[in-house]
Amino acid sequence: MEQYAVEMLHITKRFPGIIANDDITLQLKKGEIHALLGENGAGKSTLMSVLFGLYTPEEGEIRMDGQAVKIRNPNDANARGIGMVHQHFKLVECFTVLDNIIMGVEPTNKLGFLQKKHAREKVLAMSEKYGLHVNPDALISDITVGMQQRTEILKMLYRENDILIFDEPTAVLTPQEIDELMQIMKNLAAEGKSILFISHKLNEIMAVADRCSVLRKGKYIGTVEIKNTTKAELSRMMVGRDVKFAVDKEEAKPADVVMDVQHMTVASKQHDNDAVRDVSFQVRRGEIVCIAGIDGNGQSELVFGVTGLEPLKSGKITMCGQDITKAPIRKRSTSGMSHIPEDRHKHGLVLDYTLEDNMVLQRYFEPQFTNGIGFLKRGAIHAYAEKLIDQYDVRSGQGAVTVARSMSGGNQQKAIIAREIDKDPELLVAVQPTRGLDVGAIEYIHQQIVAQRDAGKAVLLVSLELDEVMNVSDRILVMYEGEIVGEFDPKKVTVEELGLYMAGAKREGVAQ
Amino acid sequence: MILLLQYTLLFASVLLLVALGGCFSERSGVINIGLEGIMVIGALGGALVMKFLPAEMGAPMMITATILASALAGMLYSLLLAVAAINFKADQTITGTAMNMLATAGATVAVKAMNTAASGGSDVSSDIIYTRARDMFIVRFGNFEFNWFMVVALVALLISWVLLYKVKFGLRLRACGEHPQAADSVGINVYKMRYAGVLISGILGGIGGIVYITAGVSSWKFENGVAGFGFLALAVMIFGQWKPFKIALAALLFGFFRALGNVYTGFDFLKNLNLPSGVYNMLPYIISLIVLALTSKSSLAPKAEGIPYDKGSR
Repeated sequence: MEQYAVEMLHITKRFPGIIANDDITLQLKKGEIHALLGENGAGKSTLMSVLFGLYTPEEGEIRMDGQAVKIRNPNDANARGIGMVHQHFKLVECFTVLDNIIMGVEPTNKLGFLQKKHAREKVLAMSEKYGLHVNPDALISDITVGMQQRTEILKMLYRENDILIFDEPTAVLTPQEIDELMQIMKNLAAEGKSILFISHKLNEIMAVADRCSVLRKGKYIGTVEIKNTTKAELSRMMVGRDVKFAVDKEEAKPADVVMDVQHMTVASKQHDNDAVRDVSFQVRRGEIVCIAGIDGNGQSELVFGVTGLEPLKSGKITMCGQDITKAPIRKRSTSGMSHIPEDRHKHGLVLDYTLEDNMVLQRYFEPQFTNGIGFLKRGAIHAYAEKLIDQYDVRSGQGAVTVARSMSGGNQQKAIIAREIDKDPELLVAVQPTRGLDVGAIEYIHQQIVAQRDAGKAVLLVSLELDEVMNVSDRILVMYEGEIVGEFDPKKVTVEELGLYMAGAKREGVAQ
Repeated sequence: MILLLQYTLLFASVLLLVALGGCFSERSGVINIGLEGIMVIGALGGALVMKFLPAEMGAPMMITATILASALAGMLYSLLLAVAAINFKADQTITGTAMNMLATAGATVAVKAMNTAASGGSDVSSDIIYTRARDMFIVRFGNFEFNWFMVVALVALLISWVLLYKVKFGLRLRACGEHPQAADSVGINVYKMRYAGVLISGILGGIGGIVYITAGVSSWKFENGVAGFGFLALAVMIFGQWKPFKIALAALLFGFFRALGNVYTGFDFLKNLNLPSGVYNMLPYIISLIVLALTSKSSLAPKAEGIPYDKGSR
């Protein structure tokens, strides 16, 4: 019989009204990289929480090295050598890398004073051994996300954990950093560490994993050897049907300019430098222009400037021949700008309003929703919302009167998309429209965006996902530190090339 | 001049002690607006010991007993904040405000009841007199009245610095105020650390209270509370950016302006300005407004302060 580092056998975990894990078995071999694949809500997090001692399962058992064990809390898990890199890093920003690594297992002398010298040497030795380059004395707030992640990995290694869980580790990294991480994971596995890699990105799983277990809606679907499988098979296991990866679309036929941005500069709220610096671009009817870049390079502020959420420091924005540089948000909206915002909770929905009220947030004052003396036409609003819900397949508990907060993220996003598209805009600004959604929902949203383009709208898409950038857009603008550093045709550029521009390693003089 | 120095050091000691207390609490993630109230209760505890302990026991015993009583009273009172804010996840600002109101009122009632009973009804004041005990804290070098509390404050400063930066307790405490989820994920008990932070603030705040009421006078009217010194200490803490030595410098600055109110008549040029005494008494508060308005933009406040920690939300 093969020796497993960890076995989770027939785990069942119920919550009121839902079975989060239904008879799930996961076996992790020593020294392998084992991917755990599933859509949002498939039960991956619950399963990992069981392994980490945060939940006690109703049925099933956990074995380590063949022995049944009880893991009651995270300290038990740590004591048994299980470590985890969380999706949201658990690092104290104003501490140094070293302080974060030793926190909780601080070395002290007999009087209780901290002794960091030895710890520092140990960290440096480990970072040398596995290629995890960090400066132990740098503050977390000063280092890149990639380095922060390496700090998290060092934290596990410093505790001499042998079972390493990576929870969606690549979401925040550049393509180059992802390659480095993949290499690091391979090094760790080669040193005998066992790795659980939670992801829904098939490319990465294919590149790095030895085996992959798939969950769907709380159920265990199966475990496959990566070398004997394909992306198509994995996605079929994950979603339960065939999924198209390439977005079906025809050649773009760009027509006249809808939006023209000239020399736009937007201040930053975080620091004294401008977040967007002297940026100029145009978006035409019938094309999808995508702003690509690593998070935090001014994309958000660029959208704030375009949509009117932030004032411009300088520059000019023209939409359909009208100067809207100083126009208020409602004016922009009524002149044909739709905005699918980055933060759907902050700028997209009033979470404690019903779905129907959210659907008319920008239009309640129109004669079809408000009568002559200023009262809302509740009936008309309700009917309109029902129509959108039906047309765009927005699922909610009580239809139009569902409180937005109670809906799932995917359906909240669908509601926003329904509202913004139904306005029949000239320009659709979509910021990370598929963030946090699973492949099924992503497919749907991409189809909608392409349909808008084909209907002759101008689309400005901001995305951090390179797959999305490459598949959906007709023209790519790369942003780095507030400037547009390159313009590309997605058919003529590679992901690697884009990555160099996104990381600031290359740039070009951009023709407008 | 010597008098100015003496009062500056004394008031700075008060502010330093209380602000360090606030620093521990906030570094652990709990905003302690209730310092004012903690000072009052600490002062009450200390004053009672000074009043009732026989003077024959000698200065070292008296000093020790007074400090311990104040620290204990302050710590017990700060438990209110700890329980409300940490266990029941109450709003920390409101809890602190309630503690401030309760402390002055409660202390007044208690002292009045005590005085009334002791005098058979002829004395209904809220005063406690501690003239003889107070003298034991003072050592005179010529005109300069050295007060043992100055040493206490200095020791508190050094211990605070060691606790916060040189031992693992401090690393863990600070982590709880910045990113409690991170602390929790490496096995640190956030609730315990926050309790420690709040109780230490109670101890230091309580000692600060007794130092304050014995600074210039030999009796205290508890109706008056501590005249906003708890809030002034919060300003000192913020101006000191939650760092012990910077807090010490800020305490000296604010202590200086407070002392000026006591002794400005000793300086001819100030006296000749002919300003009403109220102007000088207002100085520290006005300065704190200006300082906070100018410096709060670059505030280094602990990121998670004021947010109740809930294990479930991650």
